[in-house]
Amino acid sequence: MKAAVLVFPGINRERDMARTLKLVSGTAPNMVWHAEHELPAGTDLVVVPGGFSYGDYLRCGAIAARSPVMDAVRTFAAKGGLVLGVCNGFQILCEAGLLPGVLMRNENLRFICRDVYLKVERSDTPFTRGYNAGQVIRVPVAHGEGNYIADGETIARLEGEGRVIFRYASPDGMIDPNWNHNGAINAIAGIISERGNVLGMMPHPENHVEEAIGRTDGRGLFAGIAEALEKAA
Amino acid sequence: MSSNTATITPALVAEHGLKPDEYQRILDLIGREPTLTELGIFSAMWNEHCSYKSSKVHLRGLPTKASWVIQGPGENAGVIDIGDGQACVFKMESHNHPSYIVPYQGAATGVGGILRDVFTMGARPIACLNALSFGAPEHAKTRHLVSGVVAGIGGYGNSFGVPTVGGSVRFHSRYDGNILVNAMAVGLAETSKIFYAAASGVGMPIVYLGSKTGRDGIHGASMASAEFDDDSAEKRPTVQVGDPFSEKLLLEACLEIMEKGCVIAIQDMGAAGLTSSATEMGAKGDLGVTLDLDKVPCREEGMTAYEMMLSESQERMLMVLKPEKEKEAEAIFRKWGLDFAIVGETTPSKRFIVRHKGEVMADLPIKELGDSAPEYKRPFVTAEKLPAIDAGAVEARGSIADALERLLVTPDLCSKRWVWEQYDHIIGGNTVQRPGGDAAVVRVEDGPKALAMTTDVTPRYCEANPFEGGKQAVAECWRNLTAVGARPLAITDNLNFGNPERPEIMGQFVGCVRGIAEACKALDFPVVSGNVSLYNETNGKAILPTPSIGGVGLLEDFTRSATLAFKRDGDAILVVGETAGWLGQSIYLREICAREEGAPPPVDLIEERENGDFVRELILDGTASAVHDLSDGGLLVALAEMAMAGEIGAKLDAPPDDVLAHAYWFGEDQARYIVTVAADKVEGVLARARDASVLVSRIGTTGGEALALHGERALSVADLNRRSEAWLPAYMAGEA
Repeated sequence: MKAAVLVFPGINRERDMARTLKLVSGTAPNMVWHAEHELPAGTDLVVVPGGFSYGDYLRCGAIAARSPVMDAVRTFAAKGGLVLGVCNGFQILCEAGLLPGVLMRNENLRFICRDVYLKVERSDTPFTRGYNAGQVIRVPVAHGEGNYIADGETIARLEGEGRVIFRYASPDGMIDPNWNHNGAINAIAGIISERGNVLGMMPHPENHVEEAIGRTDGRGLFAGIAEALEKAA
Repeated sequence: MSSNTATITPALVAEHGLKPDEYQRILDLIGREPTLTELGIFSAMWNEHCSYKSSKVHLRGLPTKASWVIQGPGENAGVIDIGDGQACVFKMESHNHPSYIVPYQGAATGVGGILRDVFTMGARPIACLNALSFGAPEHAKTRHLVSGVVAGIGGYGNSFGVPTVGGSVRFHSRYDGNILVNAMAVGLAETSKIFYAAASGVGMPIVYLGSKTGRDGIHGASMASAEFDDDSAEKRPTVQVGDPFSEKLLLEACLEIMEKGCVIAIQDMGAAGLTSSATEMGAKGDLGVTLDLDKVPCREEGMTAYEMMLSESQERMLMVLKPEKEKEAEAIFRKWGLDFAIVGETTPSKRFIVRHKGEVMADLPIKELGDSAPEYKRPFVTAEKLPAIDAGAVEARGSIADALERLLVTPDLCSKRWVWEQYDHIIGGNTVQRPGGDAAVVRVEDGPKALAMTTDVTPRYCEANPFEGGKQAVAECWRNLTAVGARPLAITDNLNFGNPERPEIMGQFVGCVRGIAEACKALDFPVVSGNVSLYNETNGKAILPTPSIGGVGLLEDFTRSATLAFKRDGDAILVVGETAGWLGQSIYLREICAREEGAPPPVDLIEERENGDFVRELILDGTASAVHDLSDGGLLVALAEMAMAGEIGAKLDAPPDDVLAHAYWFGEDQARYIVTVAADKVEGVLARARDASVLVSRIGTTGGEALALHGERALSVADLNRRSEAWLPAYMAGEA
């Protein structure tokens, strides 16, 4: 794995992400500054980490999405490169037009940090091959604006094409408003692009990769990506 | 107030919070009438908040040294050695008055200020905590204040990117007109790379970094040094506005130029802004400072010298740089998009000279500005000791089971999940123990070491007996760190009191500080940083004396930390320490009997130490499966918390014959812990306890889905959890 973790001013989970990538793949990622125009040669995974890029001023992710490095990411994605956006990273990918829809304020208008349960809808993507379809994983969320929405047509397409990858669920995998903490439409927690190579998700799998610090449910995502890259190489 | 040649009238002096004799002191010191800018500078330096003029003489009695203390009080934050070339940097500070006026921004900038104190010393912040005191839930403003303060703390810390891992929230009518927001930050540095405020070298460039200077926060420190009245809302313009985004950039830029060896001295601009930071750097380095205000980056046009010197705009720093590294440092700041300006230099003259538009606006002796601040030995009276209440004189109300159900839904004892879920408590990937336990545990990057941290104080004890209350606050902090398996190392104290000009308030202050000192000495638990917040009263009504204690302890191996949750069925439940049934000043007495009376439980510091050391050993050798300290609500509330956390019940034996049931279950005797151990280890633990002369008794066994007390109806643990979790969200939604 030769990962590039993007660093925008105000991003704050880039260290968590870098540590997890190193822990799971054995290789430390390149940290790539927002003002760069190119990704390091040989990059096979771009990660847009969580945080508050540009303080979430204007709109979450709106300013970061217009950074020079995002042009390089668009080119990379257009060639089929794998792109993972987590939390603010998901918001940035939506603002950059790499994924459809937007993330609105949480339904209760408060920031929420807690463990949630996710139902993994598919295991046949390069991001989720480490899980089984229908598996329920427990990972933390930490966001004030994670309430996913898009127009009816887009939602219908996402659902029809099987592009909803993670949904907020009860511990036994039931889709239930009581377990959808931010009010996202259809309990959507993560989606992939049409081509299947760009994943955006609100929860933080990178914070659940060690037994002694919570749990290891997030590990499957990174192990799966590493495996997919190895297979492709 | 734009002209520097304004006539200094007695009214103007009074407006600056300076008493006539204090003004006379200024005249004697400089031998002439001060300019307006100079008067502003004096008011900023000599107010209570910055000068500690009422408290200094008593603070000297606090123990501040130990072999592991690298830096005690007097710098931006305290520093302790945690081994392996690593240091822990921490401090707690209040932002009470601003948070009452503008809750979100007041609390947010409180967090911002304390984070800056920590990273100014070269440390990367790894955790935040807080201690919050609100008015009675039924008071008209309380809901609004809770909502704003919690959102503000989260809004700043979450965006900055530091986990907020612990704290305390209490409610009492004595905080109705004056809430307390105490924020604590903990950082990690290398012992060889700690940065201080003292400038060195003549002719060195003084650099201004961070956000631009605006007109916000002018007289903020003076406001913090006066009482409130009904017109306090008019002080809104003195509250600053926080920008966590800029602070995050400032953090990264500062750590980067420190790493590159560019920095000689650094001081954050907190209370009294440019004035306080510049004079402190000069005075500590035995040097003069000349500032050229034409170079200060301003947010607004036409700012006067007076305004610039008193602005408390946030996210700003002052540094002395190595001249040869100036360009390198500037490039780093430009990269992060921050302002960078050389605004002055160090001089050999020991004068503090401020120039603006070609004019000298201030020319003052730099050392005396701080050193000659008035120092008061204010008169104080020690309140008469309250009588101890005999448990037999407290009539039990209802059954024990009923009382527990009621206590778990009281504002002070209910679950605070609604609060801490608004704080990102996991960012960093090092949070071993999240909020809700005795102390938070945060791994030191990649381990195996970890730091334990907590904030504690029991204000009702402090009011009933300041000396015992001060002792108890420190002892409980020490106990909470011990209960997770940490070796307690040091504390930061945030002393919140009313008007020190009233002898009875001063008496509370003196008593509490003496109690804190006594406990710190007995427990080898020195004070390394702190903050004093006086004049916490509105219309003459003072808060409960609230000396918040923030403690830090060390775990050599984070995987060995203990948690309070019951782990499995069949473990023996042991109580360490003596349960005599002390009901005076207990939560039971207040909430169930509606009496706030009597002497608080006495604190035997030798027993604290012996019992704590015994418990820590049981944790570190793997004997203890769960540990919880006993505090508010006593034995049964603690047992319920352990059961709720583990979702496992317990069968509990009848109280001993010589203690009344309600006093046994709800008394608040000190120096106690509950420990669970596997059934086959009980005999061994009891034998060890006898050898160590520690009192340990078995009181029950874990298991089942209910708390089953001898002779009482069984209480479903799931139901207790539901009740405890329900109150705060319902209250905040206006339903309780």
